[in-house]
Amino acid sequence: MAQEDLVKVTARGLYCAAGDFYIDPWQPVERAVITHAHGDHLRGGSSEYYLAAPGVSLARLRLPPEAVIHPLNYGHSMNFGETRVSLHPAGHVLGSSQVRVESAGQVWVVSGDYKRDPDPTCLPFEVVPCDVFISEATFALPAYRWIDTTAVARDILSWWHENRRRGLASVLFAYALGKAQRVLAELAALTDDFVFVHGAVAGLTDAYRAHGVAMLPTLPATVAGKADYAGALILAPPSAAGSTWMRRFGDHRTGFCSGWMRIRGDRRRRGYDRGFVLSDHADWPSLLRTCHESQARRILLTHGYTDAMCRYLVEQGVDAAALRTEYGAEE
Amino acid sequence: MRHFAALFESLDTTTSTLAKIDAMRAYFEMADAADAAWAVYVMIGRRAKRSVGPALLRAWMSEEVDLPGWLIEETYASVGDLAETIALLVPNDPENKRTSDLSLTEWLTARIQPLASLDEPAKRRHVVGWWHELSYRECFLVNKLLTGSLRVGVSRSLVTRALAEFFAQPRAQIERALIGEWQPSAEFWGQLGRNESNLQIAHPYPFYLASPLEGTPERLGARDNWLAEWKWDGIRGQIVRRGSQCVLWSRGEEIITDRFPEIIDAASLLPDGTVLDGEILARVGDVVLPFAQLQQRIGRRKLTPKILQQIPAQFIAYDLLELQGEDWRSRPLRARRARLEELLLDASTPILRLSPAAPGGSWEALVAMRASARSKGVEGLMLKEWQSTYGAGRQRGAWWKWKVDPFVLDAVLLYAAPGHGRRSNLYTDYTFGVWRSAELVPIAKAYSGLTDAEIRRLDAWIRRNTLEKFGTVRSVPPIQLFELAFEGIASSSRHKSGIALRFPRILRWRTDKPVAEANTLADLQELLNEQRPHDAR
Repeated sequence: MAQEDLVKVTARGLYCAAGDFYIDPWQPVERAVITHAHGDHLRGGSSEYYLAAPGVSLARLRLPPEAVIHPLNYGHSMNFGETRVSLHPAGHVLGSSQVRVESAGQVWVVSGDYKRDPDPTCLPFEVVPCDVFISEATFALPAYRWIDTTAVARDILSWWHENRRRGLASVLFAYALGKAQRVLAELAALTDDFVFVHGAVAGLTDAYRAHGVAMLPTLPATVAGKADYAGALILAPPSAAGSTWMRRFGDHRTGFCSGWMRIRGDRRRRGYDRGFVLSDHADWPSLLRTCHESQARRILLTHGYTDAMCRYLVEQGVDAAALRTEYGAEE
Repeated sequence: MRHFAALFESLDTTTSTLAKIDAMRAYFEMADAADAAWAVYVMIGRRAKRSVGPALLRAWMSEEVDLPGWLIEETYASVGDLAETIALLVPNDPENKRTSDLSLTEWLTARIQPLASLDEPAKRRHVVGWWHELSYRECFLVNKLLTGSLRVGVSRSLVTRALAEFFAQPRAQIERALIGEWQPSAEFWGQLGRNESNLQIAHPYPFYLASPLEGTPERLGARDNWLAEWKWDGIRGQIVRRGSQCVLWSRGEEIITDRFPEIIDAASLLPDGTVLDGEILARVGDVVLPFAQLQQRIGRRKLTPKILQQIPAQFIAYDLLELQGEDWRSRPLRARRARLEELLLDASTPILRLSPAAPGGSWEALVAMRASARSKGVEGLMLKEWQSTYGAGRQRGAWWKWKVDPFVLDAVLLYAAPGHGRRSNLYTDYTFGVWRSAELVPIAKAYSGLTDAEIRRLDAWIRRNTLEKFGTVRSVPPIQLFELAFEGIASSSRHKSGIALRFPRILRWRTDKPVAEANTLADLQELLNEQRPHDAR
């Protein structure tokens, strides 16, 4: 007899009835287990939040002060109803987790967002064997294959230095949580210069630093005059592009760090001078490898190119299906 | 190839015009003369005869990539560019560390062009071999050179500017040398630099293009300073009558002499050393035939006497560019036109006619003339300052096109497919329908007109509301209404609706109106019937 699905999509989000908790709900609930602190996974209004200890300070910055947050150590399991729940590193950003749920002899793992590439700012992805694996599929097309991160960091550095040689500022857009700190940490291996950061990046970077992540020294991009920005690198969230905030930098070039930059048309459309292919998600080969390594007999896919990956897996003889969730494709 | 790849990289990774000019100048500085000439050839969008078509490249890609065909297609639809899809999917060096030692000239003349004479298996062997030996970037570039569609983010005028700065020559001189037919070579590059006349006898002049007039013409000053002409809906052309030759050029800089024998016969009556700018029209006496018929004639491989009789062509002369071998472009329009008029009187042929000045002595009168344009089978009015010289390309200020307002209709979004280039990875190619009783029939495809923000919003909606997928095309619930503009309407047996619209584009997203109020096929048939008097003759 087929077992009941342990985790289902409901109107409020992924729900585990046996343990009476939600995973990354998009509406307020009683008990929310959170994979990571990005806005489409962590939303306000729930009564209690459970998340991996390294991510708590980031979540604090994004939730109202009265929010009740329970930190969990990676690999440490606790009982929710009839289930045992534990969190395992997902390698996406600091404190990001996969959620392992075990009940009545079956094990489900919800990946959240994850990547398999090395990242000095967080623990690497841990393969967690399971029966059913719910995987993200943000970049699930074969065109998305990532380049070695060190090579990308070197490209960023030479772009910065080339702009400096011409007396220009380099404004690099990167998501404020995770990507910006990863860039700062990767660059720390190549230079010891300081970097200006946008206000949205500054607080999160301090939280990373408090966790002992080694990064380039940063200064808020509020302290200098136009002349001081010439030759400097400035890290800012993509939402700052085209805003009046940018005026302070005088002549500058823009770059964007994202997996989407793999496709030339995508970069040209967004109007950045340079695109750096640097993603905190798994690329096509990594997605397939991870599904395989999970040993799961069934794969469920959330957000992104779910249909393409699902059809591909089914043709390979894997029991796969797509789930409709409300997680975004921003990166 | 290494230098050209670096140039491409510099042009592709900046949005600054000055940086692009710098990059080109730096390349011209260091490049071999033949390479520089070839680079210019490629950058201004010229292409030699294609030796391998995209269909073959697609077939070979499927064989080289270990993925199911539908997934390759889906990836291609998402990437929106064949050359790039191949470079992304075929295993290569993604970090671009490997570079090819062959020069751009060698690639084009010793590798790519000779493919034309090979059989298919040999072509395949070569091309697929390159895919594997090249880095990601050079694989992309070679594919682009193969298909002849390398857009590097520089306009022709930007290339001209860079060349003019590099050679310290006037831009007009460079522009002139780059149009018409020329063969890239070290010799060509040398002549360009020395400002030597290497022009063939039939060399044309760059066309002067008008800019669209926004608002009303009163701001142009006194009506007396302006010539108003009809804006004819045909093919812009240039007659070059020199020596024993008579050549007809299209605005796309193609020689179309053999397409219009009657115009060439008439033009040979012009004196030696004459160049005219004008419009080619399908016209019987004074009755202009719809553009579709002119198109039909061009499409015929062979011009039979029947076609020549049914769809006769005329050349409506706008301007005189050269007389007795002398360049007249810097003289004022008033003088050029007076001389043109005499010239055509002398030639006295019904095939070559002066573009008549539109009547209307005041701006108000012209407004009324413009409103009547549609019934005369023209697209609107042209306004040209009597003092103006004949410029090159689109220089604003002295020549304006003042088109009649387009037709509009409200139609419902039915299908969407992914776009190309800048719009890759987004559903931007839309099919719209109108009502035929309770059913919606496809009436037009449109790609342009929405803002970037609207495109993103619509794309997200399409992804979330897909009903069915047919390959890369998605059908959606018929609940989004759009106002479309179009320039013309004709009956068509190739369309399910029986109607073809000319140049449809989106005016706005009508979130304020229910889809039940979209136009009906009957509305369009009525419009078609109103236009018919023209067609019939």
